[in-house]
Amino acid sequence: MQSRSHRFKENAREAIADPHIQAAMAKMKVGFTGKRLAAAARLPEFEALRDAARDIKNHSLANLDFYLERYEEKVTECGGQVHWAPTAEDARKAILDICQRVGAKTVTKGKSMISEEIALNEHLENAGIAAVETDLGEYIIQLRKEPPSHIIAPAVHVSKEQVEADFRAQHQHLPADRSLSEPTDLVNEARQILRQRYLDADVGITGANFLIAETGTSIIVTNEGNGDLTQSLPKVHIVIASIEKVVPNLEDASTILRVLARSATGQEFSAYTTLSTGPRRAEDPDGPEEYHVILLDNGRSSMLGSEFQEMLRCIRCGACMNHCPVYHAVGGHSYGWVYPGPMGAVLTPNLIGVEEAGHLPNASTFCGRCESVCPVRIPLPKMMRHWREREFEKHLTPTSFRSGLGIWAFLARRPALYRRLTGLGIRALGALGRRRGRFRSLPLAGGWTKYRDLPAPQGKTFQQLWAEKQKNGGSSK
Amino acid sequence: MPKPEPKVGLFVTCLVDLFRPSVGFAAVKLMEAAGCRVEVPELQTCCGQPAYNSGDRADTRAIALQVIDAFQSFDYVVAPSGSCAAMLKSHYPELFDKEPDLRAKAEELSSRTFELVSFLTDIMQVSGVEAAFPEKVTYHDSCSGLRELGVRDQPRKLLSSVNELSLVELPDADICCGFGGTFCVKYPDISNTMVSSKTESIENTGAGTLLAGDLGCLMNMAGKLQRSGSDIEVRHVAEVLADMTDTPAIGVADGDVQSRGN
Ligand code: SF4
Repeated sequence: MQSRSHRFKENAREAIADPHIQAAMAKMKVGFTGKRLAAAARLPEFEALRDAARDIKNHSLANLDFYLERYEEKVTECGGQVHWAPTAEDARKAILDICQRVGAKTVTKGKSMISEEIALNEHLENAGIAAVETDLGEYIIQLRKEPPSHIIAPAVHVSKEQVEADFRAQHQHLPADRSLSEPTDLVNEARQILRQRYLDADVGITGANFLIAETGTSIIVTNEGNGDLTQSLPKVHIVIASIEKVVPNLEDASTILRVLARSATGQEFSAYTTLSTGPRRAEDPDGPEEYHVILLDNGRSSMLGSEFQEMLRCIRCGACMNHCPVYHAVGGHSYGWVYPGPMGAVLTPNLIGVEEAGHLPNASTFCGRCESVCPVRIPLPKMMRHWREREFEKHLTPTSFRSGLGIWAFLARRPALYRRLTGLGIRALGALGRRRGRFRSLPLAGGWTKYRDLPAPQGKTFQQLWAEKQKNGGSSK
Repeated sequence: MPKPEPKVGLFVTCLVDLFRPSVGFAAVKLMEAAGCRVEVPELQTCCGQPAYNSGDRADTRAIALQVIDAFQSFDYVVAPSGSCAAMLKSHYPELFDKEPDLRAKAEELSSRTFELVSFLTDIMQVSGVEAAFPEKVTYHDSCSGLRELGVRDQPRKLLSSVNELSLVELPDADICCGFGGTFCVKYPDISNTMVSSKTESIENTGAGTLLAGDLGCLMNMAGKLQRSGSDIEVRHVAEVLADMTDTPAIGVADGDVQSRGN
């Protein structure tokens, strides 16, 4: 996917002016948060489970090479094949090779962010293979030719009315007078269209929420059951997953599953949790003939041992963006690449470079709401700050800002000089603002006064007043 | 129990020092009433957050060392701001990750540092104040105080002891107001969207006064309320608790008492 992260500010401005996006965000910001809170409250051990989930991921990451090799061994033992893909290009090539070898014309797909990351659909379409998204949200944005705006609710920015209009425009063979006013109408229509595509598909591609080292199993969670049909009907099943998805065993996965859906949608569990291990065995009633796993690195191994290692704990629940007031203000597309919100602000610069995605870790107030809900306790604000440090070191911080900061820091490190200058400055500013009590505009304060008044200072600094008081004998007891 | 008459160093914070000294005096009054001896070290400027959050670690360290030095001799260090207190308490130690000696000093400072209102209730065991404020007020929980220091019930508890004051809870009181230090001038459009939804909820409460514990957030919300023509008054919670509300509210001129919104 072509990144638009460098124009984050413009993207944000457009999104703020877009009534559809604003309406969608107003709705999602209360929905998800309330449900998560209720789900967490119903489970007394929720906080302890978050600790356990964090520890499992930490252990897996500390021994990543071991568990990945073990996972590969097991997959192979079960008759599947693991393809190591250091880059997005390698992953695309491995997938296309398989599709072409089996003469695939249609590929059905379960929801996968890795697929977005490597821009798989485009690649397949260019090779003449139809890629059909089967997750309802993904199906909608595929029709609209848009990227996802959220990692678990890809079409969260689209209203029901917009979906209806899209369906009417795209499904012209259906009666024009059919009713599509209820969400269930839309779901049923998508199901009806997709049913034939499942049967037509030569290859099914799914993502993975977990890879189990002990058994060679991949696990997906969905609410629509579309993943099951995607992976069991075609003769080839390809799993695409990034390397940090591996955990030691099924026990570990079930522990994390207990916090995943609760954090994401407030459900106790997703409607479907599907395990797949290798291709169909002789005694199995159904299943694919071939089973492949594409293991994508794409920059992740370089995060190991860096200040960003903890980001690899992420289980893609979406809670951080569900709770992020910046995400609520600008929507997911503003972030300009695959991963939006706080997790995107940390991950994206790792994957596509901080030169391109530098705005993302800067566009945060560090309010900490993301960290407070992250099921694996990733210190997201701290890692965004690490990016700012790298940008500062590399002189990527805008020059005007940098020199302003430089002057301020010079003074802040010299208390006597600071006191003298601020005392003078504040007196002048106080005198200027005395009549109205505030400023509607002020030189150099345009960023502030564009949208709000600036309260005028009271006139003297606390330090001046305190010194006067001490001199007049009004000291503290 | 705290020791009798503990010696407290007031960390004024740069915004209170420059824009609203009356908050500093309110803090002093509250702490003295609670039995503290308050001093204000001259060698303080700012906690260093503007540099820290801009990725400028070298300047942040220098400022932190200066603060550690200036506040060495106090039993407690107290700031009328959750954000600055959290900087000293939670972030200074992180600055010296690889220098055990300095880290130990930072941790020692951290253990003595508190946000004003929680210091009064949790350390000085203050359960009520002598104050009156005949107003319907609402309260915003500033992010750092709330999430880094757990300041939530403490201000509500003390406000409930203020005569004639009625507190109406602000829905989403825990959602950021969009200030974020340099964020609000680096991303003014986003900050404006955030503060607009905050001021809308504030106006919907029907309160005549908005209180919070951090001057940055207060200036942001006051500036937005005033720009949109609201007459809701905005004050630091310490002013009300110290019964020092005769100074004009934030952004209000002397003698220009806003008509009360309730
Ligand atoms: S960073 Fe945490 S909250 Fe955000 S998606 Fe990942 S696991 Fe969920």
